[in-house]
Amino acid sequence: MSDIAIDAPARPKGLLPGAATILAVSVYGWALLTAEEDWQVIGLLVLAAAVGLVGKLAGLGPKVLASWSSNEATMNGGAVLGLLAVIFALSTQHFPLLMLTTTLLYFIASLGLNIQFGYTGMVNFAGAAFFGAGAYTAAVLGGYAWIPPLLTILAGGVVAMVLSLLLVYPIVRTTGHYAAVVTIAFGVLFKTFLEVNEILGGPQGLMVESMKLPGWDFNNGPVLFGVEMSFYLNYALFATALVALIFCLVRRLERSWLGLHMDAVRLDETAAACFGISVHRTKILAFLSGNFILGIAGALYGMMISFIAPASFTFSDSLLMVSIVLLGGMGSPWGGALAAAIVVLLPEKLQVLQEYRFLLFSVLVMLVLLFRPDGLLPRQIRNYFPGREGGK
Amino acid sequence: MSERLLEFQAVTKRFGGVTALDSFSMHLDKGEILGLIGPNGSGKTTSFNLLTGIYPKTGGSIHFDDRDISSMSAREVYETGIVRTFQRSRLCLPLSIYDNIMVGDTSRLPKGLWSNLVRRRAFRRQYEETFKVARDLVATFSGNLADRMLDPVGALPMIERRRIEICRALISGPRLLLLDEPSAGMTHDETNQLMSDILDVRARGEGLSIIIVEHEMGVIERITDRCVVLSYGKKIAEGTYAEIACDKEVQNAYLGVD
Ligand SMILES: Nc1ncnc2c1ncn2[C@@H]1O[C@H](COP(=O)(O)OP(=O)(O)O)[C@@H](O)[C@H]1O
Ligand SMILES: [Mg+2]
Repeated sequence: MSDIAIDAPARPKGLLPGAATILAVSVYGWALLTAEEDWQVIGLLVLAAAVGLVGKLAGLGPKVLASWSSNEATMNGGAVLGLLAVIFALSTQHFPLLMLTTTLLYFIASLGLNIQFGYTGMVNFAGAAFFGAGAYTAAVLGGYAWIPPLLTILAGGVVAMVLSLLLVYPIVRTTGHYAAVVTIAFGVLFKTFLEVNEILGGPQGLMVESMKLPGWDFNNGPVLFGVEMSFYLNYALFATALVALIFCLVRRLERSWLGLHMDAVRLDETAAACFGISVHRTKILAFLSGNFILGIAGALYGMMISFIAPASFTFSDSLLMVSIVLLGGMGSPWGGALAAAIVVLLPEKLQVLQEYRFLLFSVLVMLVLLFRPDGLLPRQIRNYFPGREGGK
Repeated sequence: MSERLLEFQAVTKRFGGVTALDSFSMHLDKGEILGLIGPNGSGKTTSFNLLTGIYPKTGGSIHFDDRDISSMSAREVYETGIVRTFQRSRLCLPLSIYDNIMVGDTSRLPKGLWSNLVRRRAFRRQYEETFKVARDLVATFSGNLADRMLDPVGALPMIERRRIEICRALISGPRLLLLDEPSAGMTHDETNQLMSDILDVRARGEGLSIIIVEHEMGVIERITDRCVVLSYGKKIAEGTYAEIACDKEVQNAYLGVD
C-alpha cells in the first residue's frame, strides 16, 4: 500500500507557494538550459538537491501541494506562462530550445505510458516503437504535400494505435510479466522491420518534412522585433500547446469513471470484474489511447529533428520512457514532467555522462524505487474537482 | 407463495483432485435471508465464486430469476443484480472511500470516452449526485467515515474496511447480496451493529435477498430465515436455524466427528 501519498494538504491555501514554485522552476529551467560549463551544471544540480532537502525539512511540499490543488486552474495556467517565458528567453538559441522541446515531447510520451502503466498497470516496453511509428508516419505522409501536417500528426497517433491492435489479443489474454514480454518482442520486431524495409529507408532512415500550419513553415525562424529567432521556437510553442491539451485530457481521464475503472483494474482485476467493470475493454482502451499519445508525440518529434532512423527507436529508448514514469511517480502527470526533464537534459548537459546514461538512469530508478517508491512527485489521491471539498 | 430467486442444481466444482463442491443443490426465495454455514473448507466461498462467475463450474447449473447464469462472466453476473463481499477484503487500498464505493456502481454511469472526457458538466452532476448517495449510505454504517469520503481506504482499520466493502456492494441497489464472513475480526457488539445496519439498508429498498456465510451462530439465528449446511462440499442439512441446530449430522460436522 504505497501507491499514493497521503500527506493531507495543509490549510490555508493561498496562491503564493504555488506561484513561487512556478517562478523558481522557470528560472531554474532557464539557467540549466543555458548553462554551458560542467561546473555550472553541477552547481545547479547541487542547488536543486539542496533546495529539495531544505524544502523537505521545512515542510514546504504540503504547502505547495495545498496551494496548487486549491487553485489548480490558475496554477496550471501559470505553469504554461512560466514555460512560455522560458521559451521566449531562449528564443534565439537553437540547442536549448531543441532540448526543451524534446523534454516536452518525452513528457507527452510519458503521459501516454502513464495511462497504461500508472493507471491501468500494464507495462509497455515498446514505447519507443509506438513513438517511432508516429515519426515514420510523419516521414511517409510528409512526402504528400497536399496532406495538412496537422492531420499528419493525428495520423501518427492513429497509426500507432492501429499497430497496437496487433498486440491487443496477446496483451489482454496474458497478465503481468507475460504481457511485458509481448511488448518487448514487439519493440524489437518493429526496429528489425524498419531496418530491413527499403521503402522506409532501411537502417539509414528517412527525411521528415517540417511541420507547417497555413502561412507558417516551422523550418523558418520567425522574426520578432527585427530579430530572427531559432526555428525551434515554432516547435517549442507548438509542443507547449500539445502538452497543455494532452495534459488536460489525461487529467480528465484520471478524474472520470474511466480513470476510476483503470485504477480498479490495476489494483484488483477480479474484484473489478465482480462489479461490472470490463477488464478487457479497460485495458484495450488504456493501451490504445496511450499509444495514440505516443504516436502523436513521435510524429512531432520526427518533424522537428527532420531525420529519423531505426536506431532512434530502440529497446533502450523504451526503457528510458518507462523509467520516466517510474522516476516521476506512477500515475503522476507532473512527475512525468520532472522526470522527463531529468532523463532528457542530464546526459545532454553533462557530456561526461552521455556514455553512461543508461547506467545512470538504472541507478537512479533503483534509488527512487528503494527510497521513494511513489516517485519524485507522488500521485495524489483522486479528487474529481479539487479546490472544493467533495460534495459539501 | 414466495417466488424463486436463485437455484443451484447439482453444482460441482473440482480443483484438481479436490472436490470443493459436490453436486450441491439449493434455492433462495425472493426477499429471503439464507445462512450458508459449514466448517472451514466445506465449499462456502467456492459456491460464491461459482455464482459470481469467478471460476467456471465443473458441472451443474445455476439459475437466477429464471435465467440460466451458469456460463456468465463475473461482469454479466453483476449486471443481473448479484453483488458480493469477499472473505479476505478486496478493496482498492490507495483509493478513497468514495472511489471504492463507486467501483460498485458501474452499470448506471457512462463508460464512453466522449461522455467521460468531454461532457464534463454531466459528469459533474453525476459526481455530485453519487457523492451524496454514497455518503448517506456510508453514514448508515459509520457517521465518522461519512466525513472522510476522500481519505484513502488503506489508512482505515480492518473493521471500517469491511463496512466500506459492504457499501460498495450495496450502492448499486442489488437484488442479491452475498456476504462472505462479513464480521471477521469484529467484536460481538460490532457484529450485531453491522447486521442491524445491513438490515436497515435492506428495509429501505424493496426486497433485497441475502446469502450470508458466518461463523457467529448468534447472528445466523437472529437474521436468517433459513440455513443450508455444507460439509466437505456436500449439503448435509437445510432448514430454519432451530431445525439445523439440533440436527445430528450438523453437530457431528462441527465437532469433527464422522
Ligand atoms: N482456487 C482454488 N484452488 C484450489 N483449491 C481450492 C481453491 N479454492 C478453494 N479450494 C479448495 O476448495 C475447498 C473449499 O474451499 P472454500 O470454498 O474456500 O471453503 P470455505 O469457504 O467453506 O471455508 C477447500 O478444500 C479449498 O482448499
Ligand atoms: Mg470461505
